[in-house]
Amino acid sequence: MEKVLLKNIDNPDSADIGQYLKSGGYQSLPKALTMEPKDIIEEVKKSGLRGRGGAGFPVAMKWTFASADPKFPKYLLCNADEGEPGTFKDRPILEKNPHLLIEGMAISGHALKAEYGYIYLRGEYPAAKHILEAAIGQAYDKGFLGDDILGKGIRFHLAVHQGAGAYICGEETALIESLEGDKGQPRIKPPFPVNVGVFSKPTVVNNVETLSNLPYVLEIGGEAYSKIGSPDCPGPKIYCVSGHVERPGVYELPMGTNLRDIIYTHCGGIRGGRQLKAVIPGGISTPVLPPDKIDCPMDFVNMPKHGSMLGSGAVIVMDESVCLVKVCYRALRFFEHESCGKCTPCREGTGWLRKILGRIENGEGMDGDMDLLLSVSGNMLGKTFCPLGDGAASVVQNFIKHFRPEFEEHLRTGACTVKG
Amino acid sequence: MFSEEAIKELDGIKAKYPTARAALLPAIYVAQREFGWLSADAYEAVADILGVPRAIARGVGTFYAMYKNMPAGRNVVQLCTNVSCMILGAEKLVDFLKNKYGLEPGGTTPDKRFSLVIMECIGACGTAPAMLVNDDFYENLTENSIEGILGKYK
Repeated sequence: MEKVLLKNIDNPDSADIGQYLKSGGYQSLPKALTMEPKDIIEEVKKSGLRGRGGAGFPVAMKWTFASADPKFPKYLLCNADEGEPGTFKDRPILEKNPHLLIEGMAISGHALKAEYGYIYLRGEYPAAKHILEAAIGQAYDKGFLGDDILGKGIRFHLAVHQGAGAYICGEETALIESLEGDKGQPRIKPPFPVNVGVFSKPTVVNNVETLSNLPYVLEIGGEAYSKIGSPDCPGPKIYCVSGHVERPGVYELPMGTNLRDIIYTHCGGIRGGRQLKAVIPGGISTPVLPPDKIDCPMDFVNMPKHGSMLGSGAVIVMDESVCLVKVCYRALRFFEHESCGKCTPCREGTGWLRKILGRIENGEGMDGDMDLLLSVSGNMLGKTFCPLGDGAASVVQNFIKHFRPEFEEHLRTGACTVKG
Repeated sequence: MFSEEAIKELDGIKAKYPTARAALLPAIYVAQREFGWLSADAYEAVADILGVPRAIARGVGTFYAMYKNMPAGRNVVQLCTNVSCMILGAEKLVDFLKNKYGLEPGGTTPDKRFSLVIMECIGACGTAPAMLVNDDFYENLTENSIEGILGKYK
């Protein structure tokens, strides 16, 4: 498949506007500016594009809701708070292909009649901040951003807003709170951001990878785009693979590529010919899978049928050297650290789960700890304010579902038999 | 008090947003750079220049992990130990920093050369284990390579 999102990233000048223009960039924006906003949304609807941040929500539907709201100004926010552990798919776009994102945002801004956009960039990507700001400056100079884009009387302004280390800000309402200068704690929905978002105005929040698809959707047309990859959620997808494979990294492949093929064909299989033990397919919040359950198309529609989720497409591969009790414990340390503290089941539950897992891992587990883990996590599922708590609970439930004997072994012997 | 240059910079930041409050996160970054760390005085300066309550400035600043709410060393080593880095040996690197430099998670060396912060995923999972030293990314770390890298920071 021709690369769309990671095109040219091996070129050392790929972040420069000259290089982007030379490789055919900023051709879709002029086209978009001659179209009516509703016609762009119609094209996106035909494309079948779904949000790439993890939820897979249809982009055109979100845009239609925001467009239908009579309040102005409207805002377009790019979620570049890529914090889901295992995820590094947006970073190459931000650092190597920033103009693709900027063009995508200018197109989307016109489609939404949004005049202002912000890229909410995680604090952990300081290099990307400088690269994006330089690229935005170049785009202003060339008239691709500003009060009168390419002389068409259309306005779109864009700025980078740097986060400061809070996983929760990847949740769209927490992101909005943070952009407004507050702690990143999620808001209750409804009202939804498409009606009452940042600065109380209609707001669309889309992921970096999502927005970066827009130039291509307009280039080849929604119809042609919808033929790429999975029929129910088409398009190119960046899978980022880490852990014990021969060739970890980012892979742009058609949406719906089989998980086993990603691991064994594209990434060269398990390092050193070792045995596969477990795969987390879509970032740490998504349900872990044992080796006999990885024959599944990696997309938003099919992964739930196979017991997991696509999430951010962040595949973490673990071989036989890994102790899964330890991984589960480390995951819960993460969730406890990142819980925003707003709702009780998540704030308390993540801490309790971390403590129980910690004592099992340290050989101090107690009778009944397995039931306790299931009970605490069961009481969190569906009862937390936002998906962070659900993610934490489901990690525990799924590690136990597939790897219970390993936990029980730790409890019985007080030791770990895995040879790291 | 902010320097004149910083005040000018903050004016530029405020102009990017429809409310002064929205400039709070970037203003705290500026304060951290100007004052070295976020003391009560630094938060007061931020609050006063943006016209937000002091309790809000401090409340927001202490919510986020990357603000320096304590004096830190000249160089901040931000080592990831989340799952992808952990399964490729990040914990051995934590031990190495402890043994070689006397550097504990959350701590600072007596000569104030380094502070160590344990990070929750820095988006370098494909080249794990990884760290940031100040604003610089370092990937595929080993005990050997860490020693060479840290040698560059005085």
